[in-house]
Amino acid sequence: MKFIKFLLVGILFGIVLTKSEAVSWYRIYEMFHFQSFHMFGIIMTAVVTGTIGLQIFKRSQMKDVDGQYINLPDKDKGFTGYLVGGLLFGLGWGLVGTCPGPIFILIGSGFYAVGIILLGALVGTYFYGLLKSKLSH
Amino acid sequence: MESIYGTWPWYISGFLIGVVMLLLVYFGKTFGMSSNLRTMCSILGAGKTSEFFRFDWKAQRWNLTVVLGAMIGGFIATHYLTDPQRVDTVVLNPTTVTELQAMQIDAPNGKLLPDAFTSAEALSSPKVLAILLLGGVLVGFGTRYAGGCTSGHAITGLSNLQLPSLIAVIGFFIGGLIMSWLILPLIFS
Repeated sequence: MKFIKFLLVGILFGIVLTKSEAVSWYRIYEMFHFQSFHMFGIIMTAVVTGTIGLQIFKRSQMKDVDGQYINLPDKDKGFTGYLVGGLLFGLGWGLVGTCPGPIFILIGSGFYAVGIILLGALVGTYFYGLLKSKLSH
Repeated sequence: MESIYGTWPWYISGFLIGVVMLLLVYFGKTFGMSSNLRTMCSILGAGKTSEFFRFDWKAQRWNLTVVLGAMIGGFIATHYLTDPQRVDTVVLNPTTVTELQAMQIDAPNGKLLPDAFTSAEALSSPKVLAILLLGGVLVGFGTRYAGGCTSGHAITGLSNLQLPSLIAVIGFFIGGLIMSWLILPLIFS
């Protein structure tokens, strides 16, 4: 039963990303060509909503469902990994127009061609695991 | 009700994505989709050849449940919240349509993805298959190297005022701009 809430959040996420067309290759293309405000508006509104919400959670010392104070862990310090990794992901995002969330959402929607992107993403993740110790982070 | 079937406005969509992230935080978790790729590699046995995949993946079952929900959500949205007769969704800037035409990529006319990538004809082309596979490899490798994707860095990290996430998001955009402006026109010329 405790998984029901995660299933429901996932369903909301899938519906919103589909109906906002953030899963669309076209929307990603027009974003990178600055030909529409739509995607920038979505990301900015999400970040503003998230920032305000997290501040309220922290300042009111709210507890999560497990009774722990809400405090998201800081990301590890670093530069190269974030920039180079980010850049490589950006190349893929600009090419096939899908970040990881939309890969799953589109497969669920019946776009089976996206299964090939998922296969590639699993291979890419596996390559990273093999090369991790040799990469600069 | 009519407007449910059209393109949801950015301010409603962005707000709801923020809410999704906050709900997961309230449930004691952190929003991050690309982590599931690592979990799936572990389930498929990648731990046999790489230390990186030897972790307790069962602790990630909640996130796989979010993925399952997202797939169901996509199904609901495309099958029950979309009118297949309508072509006034995915409405692009006319400049965008002209640019795509020059690259022989079909206009949306209500579709989410171009036929150039998803039609049976496209999928019989080794070039298209290679593009989809390579794009996927870049997404998988890049997100793990950067420690997150749009959900983990752009939404969660930026909302939590994390400098590393800002660096990663700048990386996402540099990569996307290089691909979209310089490489795509070469691939589809």
